[in-house]
Amino acid sequence: MEIVSADVAIVGAGGAGLRAAIAIAQSDPSLKVALISKVYPMRSHTVAAEGGAAGVIRAEDSLEHHFNDTVSGGDWLTDQDAVELFIEDAPRQLTQLEHWGCPWSRTPEGRVNTRPFGGMKIERTWFAADKSGFHILHTLFQTSIQFESIERYDEFYATDLIVEDGHCRGVVAIEMRSGRVFLFHAKSVIVASGGAGRIFPFTTNGAIKTGDGMAMAYRIGVPLKDMEFVQYHPTGLPGTGILLTEGCRGEGGIMVNKDGYRYLQDYGLGPPDPWPRKKAMELGPRDRLSQAFWHEQQKGNCVSTTYGDAVLLDMRHLGEKKINERLPFVRDLASSYMGKDPVHEPVPVRPVVHYMMGGIHTNIDAATPIPGLFAAGECACVSINGANRLGSNSLTELLVFGQRAGLGAAEVARQVADGMPAGVETQGREAEARILGLFDREDVGESVAGVRNAMTASMEEGAGIYRTEEAMQATCDLIGQLRERVAKVPVKDKSKVFNTDLMGVLELEAMLDISQTVVHSAIVRKESRGSHQRLDFEKRDDEAFLKHSLATYRGADVPEISYCDVVITKSQPAERLYGGAAEAAAKEAKEGGSGEGKAA
Amino acid sequence: MREIQLEVLRYSPETDSEPRFETFQVPCQEDWVVLDAINHVKDHMDSSLTYRWSCHMAVCGSCGMMVNGEPVLSCKAFIRDYPDKIRVEPLANFPIEKDLVVVMDDFMEKLKASKPYIIPKEEKSIDDGEYLQTPLQLEAFKQYSMCINCMLCYAACPQYALAPEFVGPAALALTYRYNKDSRDGGKAERAHMFSKSEGVWECSFVGACSEVCPKHVDPAAAIQLGKVESAVDYFKSFLMPWSR
Ligand code: SF4
Ligand code: FES
Repeated sequence: MEIVSADVAIVGAGGAGLRAAIAIAQSDPSLKVALISKVYPMRSHTVAAEGGAAGVIRAEDSLEHHFNDTVSGGDWLTDQDAVELFIEDAPRQLTQLEHWGCPWSRTPEGRVNTRPFGGMKIERTWFAADKSGFHILHTLFQTSIQFESIERYDEFYATDLIVEDGHCRGVVAIEMRSGRVFLFHAKSVIVASGGAGRIFPFTTNGAIKTGDGMAMAYRIGVPLKDMEFVQYHPTGLPGTGILLTEGCRGEGGIMVNKDGYRYLQDYGLGPPDPWPRKKAMELGPRDRLSQAFWHEQQKGNCVSTTYGDAVLLDMRHLGEKKINERLPFVRDLASSYMGKDPVHEPVPVRPVVHYMMGGIHTNIDAATPIPGLFAAGECACVSINGANRLGSNSLTELLVFGQRAGLGAAEVARQVADGMPAGVETQGREAEARILGLFDREDVGESVAGVRNAMTASMEEGAGIYRTEEAMQATCDLIGQLRERVAKVPVKDKSKVFNTDLMGVLELEAMLDISQTVVHSAIVRKESRGSHQRLDFEKRDDEAFLKHSLATYRGADVPEISYCDVVITKSQPAERLYGGAAEAAAKEAKEGGSGEGKAA
Repeated sequence: MREIQLEVLRYSPETDSEPRFETFQVPCQEDWVVLDAINHVKDHMDSSLTYRWSCHMAVCGSCGMMVNGEPVLSCKAFIRDYPDKIRVEPLANFPIEKDLVVVMDDFMEKLKASKPYIIPKEEKSIDDGEYLQTPLQLEAFKQYSMCINCMLCYAACPQYALAPEFVGPAALALTYRYNKDSRDGGKAERAHMFSKSEGVWECSFVGACSEVCPKHVDPAAAIQLGKVESAVDYFKSFLMPWSR
């Protein structure tokens, strides 16, 4: 086992991990940062985000609007102190990226341009055409290159976090190119490893998004919060699950069913005209749009494709010029992968698993309950996303909380004495032995693909857009069995160099742990809220469930589910209204003298 | 459903003295890409097959390989465009780490050498807001900022094949991208990229890089323009020493 000492170890070199690393390097160049990632930074999944990042910049917008949109979008399960901090810092973070060279799209005067996204009252999304995540990631990665104190460990697969005397003191990781096990001994650790969309069969998420970091934190006793909330993005390409950004609708694209009818007006999002307008119809929130699809499917109003039912995203009226300027990537993706050029044809789309609102339980300083351990980005749950994340808040989130995690971890590192406690090395060796032990498994006919496919199918069945007790119970049962089966999956590739077979087994173990938290958190939440919709409990129940769920690891047993309070500062839970209903309520509220969204 | 013969280069440094080919019969869906066929092999035929991939939408840049001799992103190489026999190999001009995985160290070092970050012309605090940059100024470098670091251009570059010191298309395009950014003042610090002998002067302007680039970065144009500007700077330093 190789031992590397650092002040701060970061797991994950996507947007949040890079932002954290830069924050540490800038604030205190004497701190040595070990940036550990299972892929080269530019492969991280931040790269695939298309639409943009939210931050108030327009004169007619306000922090209050951003606050209200985020809190109501999250169906009041957001922690409002975290949201306040987030929206205030957002414009600064996006400006910082601009200073670092991010090629944001511009107005003719040279200012940063914004576009509207779903569920927002005023256009607030900063964008770099339809490759915003790509540009944000590359800007952060390239900026990070100049800091000597950031030591990168690219293609190191992290397997374990080390806790000694109640304090997080390190990370164990496998160097892919050699197969050697490394112990990163550190004074504080940040997990920024992304989400776990790969637990579902049909997802926008890349192959790397297997929830490794979430699982590592979970296994050392950090609760995973609000795991039942899984976001379906309403517009993915059937088959591949490739995302077509919400920006398509932000620019004016419409959704129609097989009869060419704008069906969203039937689901509390209308009236359809005038169009485009904010916070209505196609610019409603993602959970509502995905749920509307499900109903259209029940009614038989979908078009059929090789890969099942779909609705149509029609952008033809935007014209070739606008599509080329604002949505060139979308045009390319839809044309090549679907054979539909949006300039000339509507594109079949359907909801696809996109984002985990839940994750590693942190406070507003990105700190977990274990001293010395921080988390940021999709793997974390602060929570600003509540029961349904507002489009374009996640890119901003990884900046705001990535920086906070970095600064917090730096502060801790300065307080911890030098030297490695003996127990750290012992734990490292135990982890190494466990990894090497995987090679000794006998082949009893189990395979990564076999167990994985059973898991993903069951997750869709039990924890999809609409959920029922029975289906969830079946998934709970099956995931329990699969956790036993995964212990029998052999590593057939016996080589040390770049062993993706070994990595596949470890990723699958992580995904099963995460799947279990999702479905066990879901089955006990007997209400419908945001992305968690139950056919057997159709109403939101604030009395019983205006709470965050916390899933705690219990080894081979199922997780224990407990709850903690939601932080409410100024917006009392109210009905989520969009379209004409929201406008009427706002008008009434104005006449009654109080603000929008019933904020007190 | 169409059955293809997928001929894959295999090489494991621990057991193979040299690379060999292995053929798999893969049943493919009509709309599959080459990566789907490779994933099918990994899932159902041989779990030891080793390659990189993640996004499956041509943006993470990890799945580049030679398909029937051409460097392509395997997640965007449609089976329908190929004959029944498809040969996949690791990207040319890079050392093989294992199977289809190449060693990227050289490329990463070259990226770093290009100083791919804003070296501000004038310091500005965040409180003063964004730098103004007109759409025209953005246009001047935008295309060169689209590089996904897939390294296809290196696999296609005859110069890189001959002289691995050559910094190569993507790193030069990135250098040019920052030089052309209205917010940047670091051109002099990046001068080594265009002026050293391993730089731009090595390029024989075959343009193979631009032809294979999946993101239309057109590194050949960046090299051409960079070369011209670098020459101008060079002569300027003789004629007008005060202008530097
Ligand atoms: S310039 Fe084009 S081919 Fe070369 S690395 Fe960048 S995207 Fe790939
Ligand atoms: S898998 Fe990301 S570019 Fe092909």
